[in-house]
Amino acid sequence: MPAALRSAPALPAPLTAAGRNALPWLLPVTVLLGWQAAVSTGIVSNRFMPAPLDVVRAGIAAARSGELWTNLGVSTLRALAGFAVGGSIAFALGLANGLSRLSERLTDTTVQMVRNVPHLSLIPLVILWFGIGEEAKLFLVALGVFFPIYANTLHGIRSVDPALVEMGRVYGMSEAELFRRVILPGALPSIFVGLRYALGIMWLTLIVAETISASSGLGYMAMQAREFMLVDVVVLAILIYAALGKIADALTRVLERACLAWNPAYRTV
Amino acid sequence: MLLDALAPDAARRVADAQALDGRALPRAAAPGSGIAVTIRDLRKSFDDHAVIGGLDLHLPAGSFTAVVGRSGCGKSTLLRLILGLEEPTGGRILLEQKDGTRRDGAPKRIMFQEPRLLPWARVLDNVAVGLTGHGKKAWRRERARAALEEVGLSDKAGQWPATLSGGQRQRVALARALVSRPGLLALDEPLGALDALTRIGMQELIERIWRAQEFTALLVTHDVGEAVALADRILVIDEGRIALDLRVEVPRPRRRGDPDLARLEGRILQYLLHGPGREEKPSQGELA
Repeated sequence: MPAALRSAPALPAPLTAAGRNALPWLLPVTVLLGWQAAVSTGIVSNRFMPAPLDVVRAGIAAARSGELWTNLGVSTLRALAGFAVGGSIAFALGLANGLSRLSERLTDTTVQMVRNVPHLSLIPLVILWFGIGEEAKLFLVALGVFFPIYANTLHGIRSVDPALVEMGRVYGMSEAELFRRVILPGALPSIFVGLRYALGIMWLTLIVAETISASSGLGYMAMQAREFMLVDVVVLAILIYAALGKIADALTRVLERACLAWNPAYRTV
Repeated sequence: MLLDALAPDAARRVADAQALDGRALPRAAAPGSGIAVTIRDLRKSFDDHAVIGGLDLHLPAGSFTAVVGRSGCGKSTLLRLILGLEEPTGGRILLEQKDGTRRDGAPKRIMFQEPRLLPWARVLDNVAVGLTGHGKKAWRRERARAALEEVGLSDKAGQWPATLSGGQRQRVALARALVSRPGLLALDEPLGALDALTRIGMQELIERIWRAQEFTALLVTHDVGEAVALADRILVIDEGRIALDLRVEVPRPRRRGDPDLARLEGRILQYLLHGPGREEKPSQGELA
């Protein structure tokens, strides 16, 4: 029966659509249910791993007391401040080195040398310098986001099609126009790659820094909970990190789609 | 109005647009405003290797000249020198408007082998790039719309270049080159990457617009058939010198497969393949 061989039994259209949307969530939901069952039946001790419902309860309690929001706010502010400082310096230097050979010759070798130092290895030094105050976290986050943004901005500008630059010159664009209409849009896809890397590194750096030395923030909240064996709060903090990373990534995607709509690789639909 | 023959509607729009802002366009906007090119003892070397050695040439205003030659013969370099994209090692290039005024800074445009459209700008804005530095934005767009209509792509104005076919992209590039009404249009193998049928359509489009606007056209091509179909005059360049200078006196519109054109094409190919002296003898003066 060739016809039967060719096509699998087809579901009604609305059902297939719903199935396709639900498919990515099948695995997490199963894991969650299994986890809840394992803890409720006592197979896993809730001293090592809290049940999902306990985590939800801990979340509600922390939200009610306001502790969660304070710490979340403190951490977000730190992350964004560090990102703004490091990111803007990196972007400016990436542009300068992409556009000027002199600037590149002067600074690129130094930047590449510093890049090879794992920035988290500076934590002891940073604590000596700044104590456990805000400066320490800001410095580390700024340093962490610097390199991906710098390298990708530089690469983006260098990889702009020289044929388009020549076209712009032939049509009488001034240097400023050439930058605004040809070079910057051409570098944008690469700059976005740097941005997404940098956002990942931003959270990672902040969490490590807060876990080791802080008196507020999500990392601090998790470390406090460990002291009191509040394993549900520890897991809650970890889940919040995951959510924050996902949110940052989703926002970048929206921005990418808006800015790179011309590029078939990013087109929606 | 110069566009009447092509698209009355487009002509009206151009007139409206000019009424909106008359100061913005150079005088080349008037018909019959081709730029004459005079070249004296032009030389160009790259790292002591002479690409063009002592070349003299005059292109009358409004003429259509094709330059053919083997790869590396210096034909593209000649074109880039005339356009000011390269600095000559020696000699002079003079650009003059018909009325005798010198037009060193005159609107001269080039169409490259690739369309070189900005992928991040809509088709209309890509055409408006041709008016960089002229007029207000609304006026530029109005002109760009008229130019798009001339090349038959007004329905694509709001699209991204990535959604167009190769031939359509090259038509957008043509509209961009022509939107400022240049006095000189250089075409650097603009149709080389297109399929045969699209290429013929483009050749007809270029010829039609050239006849309407009367700019000076200089076409560099590998395709001898294209050269004889389009040009009044064909220059065969060999080792940086003009080896043959032939006039094509076949009336327009020219029919594809015309025996005179075919004979001329054969002669040029013979020269390119086998060098001087091996071409058919009696043809000297027959078409030239």
